[in-house]
Amino acid sequence: MFWEVTLNLLKGFGVTCEVFALTLLFALPLGLIISFGSMSKFKPLKLICKVFVWCIRGTPLMLQMIVIYYGPGLVGKWAQGIENPGAIIAWLASWTVFDRFVAVLVAFIINYACYFSEIYRGGIEAIPVGQKEAGQVLGMKKSQLFFKVTLLQVIKRIVPPMSNEIITLVKDTSLARIIAVYEIIYAGERFIKAEGLIWPLFYTGAFYLIFCGVLTLLFGYIEKKLDYFRG
Amino acid sequence: MSMLEVKDIYKKFGKIEVLKGIDFELQRGEVLSIIGSSGSGKTTLLRCLTYLETAEEGSVFVDGNCVFDAKSEKHVSSSEARIRQLNFGLVFQSFNLFPQYTVFDNVCLAPKLLAKEREDYRANKKAIFEEIEDNARKLIERVGMTSRIDMYPCQLSGGQQQRVAIARALALNPKILCFDEPTSALDPELTGEVLKVIRSLKDGDCTMVIVTHEMNFAREVSDKIIFMDEGVIAEQGSPDILLNPKTDRLKAFLNAFNQ
Ligand SMILES: Nc1ncnc2c1ncn2[C@@H]1O[C@H](COP(=O)(O)OP(=O)(O)OP(=O)(O)O)[C@@H](O)[C@H]1O
Ligand SMILES: [Mg+2]
Repeated sequence: MFWEVTLNLLKGFGVTCEVFALTLLFALPLGLIISFGSMSKFKPLKLICKVFVWCIRGTPLMLQMIVIYYGPGLVGKWAQGIENPGAIIAWLASWTVFDRFVAVLVAFIINYACYFSEIYRGGIEAIPVGQKEAGQVLGMKKSQLFFKVTLLQVIKRIVPPMSNEIITLVKDTSLARIIAVYEIIYAGERFIKAEGLIWPLFYTGAFYLIFCGVLTLLFGYIEKKLDYFRG
Repeated sequence: MSMLEVKDIYKKFGKIEVLKGIDFELQRGEVLSIIGSSGSGKTTLLRCLTYLETAEEGSVFVDGNCVFDAKSEKHVSSSEARIRQLNFGLVFQSFNLFPQYTVFDNVCLAPKLLAKEREDYRANKKAIFEEIEDNARKLIERVGMTSRIDMYPCQLSGGQQQRVAIARALALNPKILCFDEPTSALDPELTGEVLKVIRSLKDGDCTMVIVTHEMNFAREVSDKIIFMDEGVIAEQGSPDILLNPKTDRLKAFLNAFNQ
């Protein structure tokens, strides 16, 4: 029985890891783009980014997931009801419900990109202006300044808040259960209905603990690696 | 021909006029010290020279070539801006070394990045880098930091960091090297070592502009002194003006200083 449960949970855990990895893969760079937007000197872009980040950080991830999952279908239904559709309406009418997994990913990527963007922004803005000026006086290009001078200092600053956020992500993946994505919580819950067993659900905690433990070690290692300089 | 010619520089921050018409000239190999009370615009002047601020009016010539003209400033392309930037080196009050690089890499970084733009970079990369590194070692020796060449800035004292910052600025071989109160962030025991390095540069016919509060040092090392007050040059001349000031304002400044 124990092995059967473990195998089932592992299957669910695979999906959990997929959500986790794909979210990171896309949200990390997207967050950087949003952070550049919210630091832009071009006011409208800055405003759009700030409002967007505010909306995403100001509403629960669970709600965002539900909206993204059901939203397109509702728009499609509404558009289909309109007579004599123009090109745009016809296009909207073709909208259907997202695949569950895709909806979860989209919601997670957008949500985490916004949180990451704020962390990046904090990290970049905390670099003393003297670093930029020193680079400029030494004839560096903007891109050289960013990659050769600022970037590593930013990374050093953002590793602790990022590790927090990423560990939160591990646990947030369980929200995917809400729209019935077969991740590890769902896998554990099934045993309640099917076999009347509650312990498999409790057992899922071990998977999270191990995952987060590994991440904690990893981030500790990175922090230590960057310990050789200050600032 | 003058090495540096500054003509009629005006600079405002919002409504506050910080520089109100600065004019001076400097010959090759000369050392100019700029003194003046806090808020008189010394830092702003250096920052205008080194393009960290843009003056509203005025122009700057180096070696007879116009390197700044407030009127045509908007049309300067970014690559042009970087080329003329290299006329000037700047040593900051707060050092601003790059913390993630060793002493050696701090000195090598900018020259290596710059070398990438040379036409023969691909063909001679190795030779070019060796030359840069040799030069860096020489400069580091010149500022007396050879024994700490592989250390990071956080492992150095303020005086040591400032000496590295001087080597870093010299590595690009600027025509004019500017210092903004290079010893103000240092304990008195550490100022000596930095001043010694600056003094030694004078013999290497480096043209320098030094903002400083070290009056004795200024008198000894300078060929020329400028006393700034409220955004104008209130008095300028040979270092003797520190002993025999002509204007009341400089007299008052020096009196306040000696007390
Ligand atoms: N970025 C800025 N924005 C607004 N005002 C500024 C800015 N930089 C300098 N100022 C103002 O310009 C004036 C001159 O400043 P500056 O730093 O050039 O003086 P200073 O002669 O270098 O003084 P100190 O000896 O204290 O370094 C000051 O009144 C200062 O408040
Ligand atoms: Mg100053």
